[in-house]
Parts: sequence; C-alpha cells; structure tokens
Amino acid sequence: MKTFFLMMAICSIVLAPGAEFAVAAAVDVPDTMAERVKPCVACHGSEGVAGKDSFYPRLAGKPKGYLFNQLRDFRDGRRYYRPMALLLENLSDEYLMEMASHFADLKQPYPPPEPASLTPGEAALARRLIENGDSARNIPACVECHGKALMGTPPFIPGLLGLPRMYMVAQFGAWRSGGLLRGRKADCMSEIGKQLTVEETNALAAWLSSRPVPERDFSVATLAAEMAQRCGDIVRSSAE
Amino acid sequence: MMKRGSLAVILTLVTVLAILLVLAGLGLSPGPADSTSMPPEEKTGTTAADSGSLRLRQERGRYLAQLANCMGCHTAQGGQPYAGGKELPTPFGTFITSNITPDKQTGIGNWNEQDFWKALHEGKSRDGRPLYPAFPYTEYTKISREDSDAIFSHLQSLAPVAQENPSGRIQFPYNFQPLLSLWRFIYFKPGVYQADSGQSGEWNRGAYLVQGLGHCSACHAERNPLGAVVGAAGGETLGGGQIMGSNWYAPSLTSSFEAGSAGWPLDEIARLLTTGVSLKAATSGPMADVVRQSLQHLTAEDARAMAVYLKSLPESAQPPPPPQAINEQGRAWLERGSAIYEKHCKDCHGSSGEGAPGIYPPLAGNRGVVMTPPVNAIRSILIGGYPPSTSGNPKPYGMPPFAQVLRDDEVAMVLSYIRTAWGNAASLVTRDQVDKSRVGLH
Repeated sequence: MKTFFLMMAICSIVLAPGAEFAVAAAVDVPDTMAERVKPCVACHGSEGVAGKDSFYPRLAGKPKGYLFNQLRDFRDGRRYYRPMALLLENLSDEYLMEMASHFADLKQPYPPPEPASLTPGEAALARRLIENGDSARNIPACVECHGKALMGTPPFIPGLLGLPRMYMVAQFGAWRSGGLLRGRKADCMSEIGKQLTVEETNALAAWLSSRPVPERDFSVATLAAEMAQRCGDIVRSSAE
Repeated sequence: MMKRGSLAVILTLVTVLAILLVLAGLGLSPGPADSTSMPPEEKTGTTAADSGSLRLRQERGRYLAQLANCMGCHTAQGGQPYAGGKELPTPFGTFITSNITPDKQTGIGNWNEQDFWKALHEGKSRDGRPLYPAFPYTEYTKISREDSDAIFSHLQSLAPVAQENPSGRIQFPYNFQPLLSLWRFIYFKPGVYQADSGQSGEWNRGAYLVQGLGHCSACHAERNPLGAVVGAAGGETLGGGQIMGSNWYAPSLTSSFEAGSAGWPLDEIARLLTTGVSLKAATSGPMADVVRQSLQHLTAEDARAMAVYLKSLPESAQPPPPPQAINEQGRAWLERGSAIYEKHCKDCHGSSGEGAPGIYPPLAGNRGVVMTPPVNAIRSILIGGYPPSTSGNPKPYGMPPFAQVLRDDEVAMVLSYIRTAWGNAASLVTRDQVDKSRVGLH
C-alpha cells in the first residue's frame, strides 16, 4: 500500500547480461495472444478454465464485453482485487480488449456440475428468484438479464452456470458491500445484491452451481430495453 | 515502522533545536531566498492575434506536462485526469494530491501564471503557504519560466472538473508549519537549471529533463530520515534508494552494478525509456508506470538527449563484496530452488536463464536480479506484471503473479537459485525478506 512517489518513481529496471556470461540461444516465443495471456492462466488455468473447486472463475467463452469491463474495472479500481489491479495497471484499453476477445473465443467444455446440497425448500427459493424475481423488493428475475438459459446475454451480461459455488458466494458478498462496480453510474447488481438475504444468495449459489451447462449456443439473445436502462453504463461502455 | 517513525521524530526535534541555535547565533530567520525568480508579470489575457501562438503554447505545455508526469500523481486510480485525489503514503503521513484542472472552486481556475510559477519554482501555494516536498518542487524548481507558463496554459485549457479532495493526514510533528519552513531553509534552494557550457546542447537538454521535468531523483536517490534527497546540496543525486513509503528500490543510475547505463548504446537507453523494454531489459513496478504515463511520449530527440546525459553520469559504485561461500544447508536450499525454477520459470526464462531478449528478460547476468537489496526481484515474482503498453510495444508479454502459488520460503529458494546460477553470484534470499516484501499486495 505504501507508494510514496509511486507514480513518479523510477525503479526496478531489469538489466542485461554482460559479456562474461555464456549466451545460450534465446527462448523461442510464439507471437500469439495465448502466449501473452500466460500470466492469466497461472490462476485461471490453461485454456482459461480453472478447476471446479477453484476460487478463480473460468474465463473461456464468457462474453467479450463482459470480460473487457472486468479487466478495465480491475485495472481502474472499480472492481477491487489488488493482485489483478497490479497485474494490469499499465495495459491499454485496446490490449485489454484483445485479451477479452481471446478468452471469449475459447470454446472449452464446462466441468460437470457440483453435487447439489440444497433442501427442496432452498431449491424452490432459488428457482423462484431465478424465474420470477421479487417485484415487492424490485428484484428482477435473473433470467431477464442473464438469459432464459442463464448463459448470459452478449456482449456484456455473463452466464451464471458453470461457475464454482464458492466463487458465486464471494461475488454476492462483494455486490452487497459495493466492491464490484464502485463508481459506476448505475450499479444494478449491487442494488439487487443488497436486497437479497444471505439465505437467498446461498441458495442461488448452490442451485446454480449444481446445474449442468446446456450445450447449444446462446449468443443470439438481446437485452430488454428496460433492463439495459437499469444496467446503465455497464452495457454501454466499451472500447469498441 | 514504529521504530523508524520515532527515530525520524527524534531526529527532527534534535535538528530543529540545533538549527534554531545556529540561526539565533547568526541572527537569521528561516525563509528561502531566491536569486533566480523573476519579477511578477501579471498577464491579463490574450488578444485574437495571439490565439494561434496560444494554441502552440498549450500544445507544447501538454507535452511538457507529460514529461513532468503531472498526471501520474494528480489523478486517482480510475479517476478524472488531473482532478487529484490520489493518496501518497509516506512515513510522515498520507498526502492527497490536489485538483489541478481549471475548476474555480475546487481546482486552480483562479490561478495565474505567476501563481503556478510560484508553486513549481518556489514550492509555495497561491496563498503563500509553503508546500510539502511530496510535490517535487525540489526538482521542478529547475524548470524554466517559459516551460512553466506553457504547462500552465495547457492545464488551463482542460475541461474543469469539480472535485473536492480531502486534505492530507500529516502526522505530528510534521504538520507543524514552522518545521516545514525550516526544512525548506535547509534542504531547498530554488533555481532554474543552469546550462553547463562545457557540455553539448544535447547533454544539457538531457540534464534539464532528468533533473527538472523528469524529476528522476525523486525516486533514484537516497533520502535522509527527514525525506530530503541525500547529496542535494551538490553533486549527482541518482545513486539509488528505497522509494519512500513503497516496497520498491529505485536502482542507482550511476552504478554499473545497478542501473547505470554507461556501457549501453544510446539507442538501447532511449528504447527502454520510450517503450518500456529493450533487448537487454524490461521495466516493472513504478518504472513501468513512469514509462506509460510519461516517458513513452518523449520525442526521439528528447529521448536521445536523456540517454546522452544518463550515459555520461560518472561511475559512483564500488564493486559489491563477494557473497559468502555456500554451506551444505545453503546447497539444499538451492537444490529445491532449482526444482521450482524448472517447474515455474524455465518455459519463459530458459534452462540457462537466457530468456528471450525484448520479451522475457534474461536472468543470467541480470543486474536487477542480483542487486542488493533483492526487493524488486522478490516483488516481481510475487506480483508478476506486464511492462507498459506503449506505442513502441503495444502488446507486451508478461510475468504471472506467484504470490498465490508459491509460499514465502519457495520464493526465497527459487530467487536464491537464480541469484547464484549461470554465473550469477549474489547473496541468498531469506524467507523473512520475502515476507516483508508482501506488504501492499492485498
């Protein structure tokens, strides 16, 4: 955290071999995006698919605009996770968009669903919120934005299936504390997250992670105008 | 931290007493004298005929503001450019940068050229208050009046941003203003850069950029417990130092064992400054920030001038002492480090530390890796990172973060191995050193 003069700092220049060192042939580096995103796969897994028991979410096949928004928000501190901010701090919007594109285009199989650990009552609660929401609390149905099949609405809204349960629990917590979209003009998911109870978010995470990922392609759906309005600049901002 | 803080306080008080006694003896009163400041010229505005030259001046000011990296500090993470609000933690408290957009209420919309000059050159605010040297007027004082005016005209051409920033949280006794005046009296002498007639115009331009606008010594210099650059009274001040309040070491620019560039071709120095990488090096940490925010905008002529000056800096360092012989325990440590290298590092940096020049830095003979202290290499392993996206290197290759993958002792082992393999001969790294370097990662 201590970063006095950080932005005017000049430091840590990694410098070169002198003549006294034997020079082996240089490592052969492919000029590809796959090579350039190696720092990502250290946690997110090669091919952008982390193990199902991992905290780190998969990246493969997520909507491009969504991935770009996350990368930029991590870099700029709106989505707070310092290791990501440190990793991305000096990368341009254009480069982040290429990274997003790379992972969005990866077609990788999803892991089998986690074993369900819900009571019938919890499952019913989760399905009610997913299908109908709760208009009394101004909570829309999940399917309204995340799609009938819960596989997202390109290019900005992510799918909800195929994610580790622990990751979703953590995300709900972050939405509630406002740590995911700080400073965004419309903070729709934080508003929703603050309305949901812990019982509801736990039920949602358990139910969603226990569902198999359907196999067909969902990239045709579009977001309803009313929901787009509510989501504000999340679904408008992009480097494109 | 406590220990360092208390030491600084005691030193402050002792210094204050000593200085007051001396001043009493001499019959002086504190207050900076300025032999080079010009008489105030209040410019009231420009006529239509001037508008072309005004635009030129603003454009020049935009470039100069980039070289001075004003935006680097006067912009919060993800915030509006130049609207301030960035926190600068120091041993003396946390400073919060100001809004320098031309908003009349919260920015510098009511300032004129003279006010701006006074801040840059004398380190005084518009109302005459002395400023803390977290604002690097100790370096900016070398900037010419003409350049100061150009930067000001650029800032005034920006869209005003209404953003009130909180005031800093400066600790006692540093919040006691007379102490600041005293500090300035001892450590600060205003004065525009004076050309050395024995050197070329290019060299002088480079010196002006390095010492003034670039304010390289704000980081690449050792500071005393009162935050003053050691050796500021004269001589070179680029001998390297821990960056105040951070976990990075800014290597010496005058040592061939650290980041001195006497042995480098000029083109390679300029390439590193403007693109963030060269065949022999890659920037990381705060230097990567500076390249992205500032140095990548250098014109080819200015980049070369900086290179000419940096290359000319006289060697200041003695060879470091040879490391101690490695005992049995050390050899076991290195063996485990070798296995970790094999698993996590070899793919990119090569089985003999040869790397891929311009892409993945070679580790054999890498000064950044064998340097003392080893903090930068530890940080690079823990947080990974990319060199900056620049027009010369828009899609850099990067290093994965290992803080989540390797334990402290594993980081120490693999770095110890790297520091002693393939002809490298530096001290081993301990687990404690890694642990200390984790500060600020989460």
